[in-house]
Amino acid sequence: MPSISQNPSSHVLPDWRNLGVLLRILLGANGLALFAALTQADGLWHWMQRFAEFAAWLEAPLLLAIILLAVLRDVLGRLSPWSGRLAVLTIAGAAACLQYLLWEWLALATGAAWQAVLLGVTVAALLLYYLELRARAFSPAVAEARLMALNARIRPHFLFNSINAVLALIRAEPRQAEAALENVSDLFRAALRDPSDWLPLSDEIALCRQYLELEKLRLGERLRVQWDIREVPLDARIPPLMLQPLVENAVYHGIEPAAEGGEIRIVFARNRDEILIEISNPTRGGQRHTPGNQMALGNIRERLALYFDLEARLEIEERDESYRVSIRLPCRTSLSAS
Amino acid sequence: MPNQPLRILIVDDEPPARLRLRELLGDLAPQLPLEVAGEAENGVAALSQLDERQVDVVVTDIRMPRMDGIELAEHLGSMLSPPAVIFVTAYDNYAVQAFDLNAVDYLLKPVRAPRLQAALQKVQQQRGAQGDMLRNIGQMLRGSGRTHLSCQERGRLLLVPVDEVLYFKADFKYVTARTREREYLLDESLTRLEQEYADRFLRLHRAVLVARNAIAGFERAGDDDAEAYGWALLRGVNERLPVSRRQWGLARDLARGS
Repeated sequence: MPSISQNPSSHVLPDWRNLGVLLRILLGANGLALFAALTQADGLWHWMQRFAEFAAWLEAPLLLAIILLAVLRDVLGRLSPWSGRLAVLTIAGAAACLQYLLWEWLALATGAAWQAVLLGVTVAALLLYYLELRARAFSPAVAEARLMALNARIRPHFLFNSINAVLALIRAEPRQAEAALENVSDLFRAALRDPSDWLPLSDEIALCRQYLELEKLRLGERLRVQWDIREVPLDARIPPLMLQPLVENAVYHGIEPAAEGGEIRIVFARNRDEILIEISNPTRGGQRHTPGNQMALGNIRERLALYFDLEARLEIEERDESYRVSIRLPCRTSLSAS
Repeated sequence: MPNQPLRILIVDDEPPARLRLRELLGDLAPQLPLEVAGEAENGVAALSQLDERQVDVVVTDIRMPRMDGIELAEHLGSMLSPPAVIFVTAYDNYAVQAFDLNAVDYLLKPVRAPRLQAALQKVQQQRGAQGDMLRNIGQMLRGSGRTHLSCQERGRLLLVPVDEVLYFKADFKYVTARTREREYLLDESLTRLEQEYADRFLRLHRAVLVARNAIAGFERAGDDDAEAYGWALLRGVNERLPVSRRQWGLARDLARGS
């Protein structure tokens, strides 16, 4: 099976369609304009005036460049690193040049065209350098290592309890014990998988079902699960082990402490380009969450940030009787990944 | 009584874990005379079983709903002839750390027969639990106090759920706990209860701790009232508790804040 590595940070060029990258470009370019305005300003009011003039000149080519980069992302990604960078600078220079021509036509232009182009290319080079530095801080080697460490955290509590349950089954129910061990093995295969191999959503759902079957061995009737899978693209690819730790959390904090058990609700839905996943479990009023829970959630949050930057979100809704974690992921099907 | 079989109670909330222990104990029976006297799914159920029958050893899981294994051991310690306790835990970092810190013996799941046998042989020599140490470990693991308080009444162990206690009052040597239904005489100190339940109970007076959620309101006492500076009114029972001058401001602020 070919593995699909689509961790955005593994490319040299930034992911031009990523919201975080776009935001940084906009803020970065305007920040530079603000700084440039300062060098020519006498007094605060004049500074702001100069900045407004710069911004008026800057915004149009900036937007044009961003749109071009976003449209051409996949083409740019296929180029070699240096020609990719050169292409980005060319786009920025061209956008600046176009802007100069437009202003010349409107009789607003000052200076010469080469000045505009040089300015555009310089700003683009500075931002590209910043984005690459930033990407390097998080990846690929560093991010990879951190993802590895974060992924391999199936709770040992669960491992040993499951093995204990399987041991109990061996004499009385050998077949059930076999099935259970197979499930344990699949879960650990998943935990040890290369974190840059993204999996179809359906695989992660299957993994959660296997996990819940194991927990049912131990908890019996106390564990009830309600699946609500609405129209989601089951072939959409998501990073491995995104859901299972959340389901595990729900069992550990919502079901195990309750003698009468409870129901875990798992919802999958699609909202335009996003996949929405909700996992809720009952809580007993006033029950405080242990440090273990915070750790698991912090872990998922960090992984979401490493994989998606600002495009994914994790939210927690805590009520008296229930606890709900929801995550939103950008929906990427195998098509755009190839 | 060397020929008496060792009577054992198994406590775990997971049926397969109980089955596994039962099987292991069955395997050990030829070498070590023993019998499984019963099974319980949590601490509360175990204590109610022990009301009816005497056992020599309780083998208990740590993490269970309603009442965990540590608290069970604490309550066992207050019985007249307490059984020995063996803790069994799956890998649980906090529990293992707490036990190692306090040099409490424990078995790790999955349990091995030779380890279980050694623990059973060893535990017969040392009975009775170490109350303070268990209380500290329990506090560490749960992050909160015991869920129940125990009280001896006519030779029986009664459990009082802390949730249901409206207030504690100290009289001479004893502390009484008041629930909606009745009063219980506890062998506890008010200071220790105050520490254990700092987040739930509030000191009103040198001799009174009240559950924050049981306070209905406050009332200033008349100037000629020598007994108290003010009174706290309670929800659910028609009683009022004295508030000392020292605690008046603090108590009212805290009650308002919670």
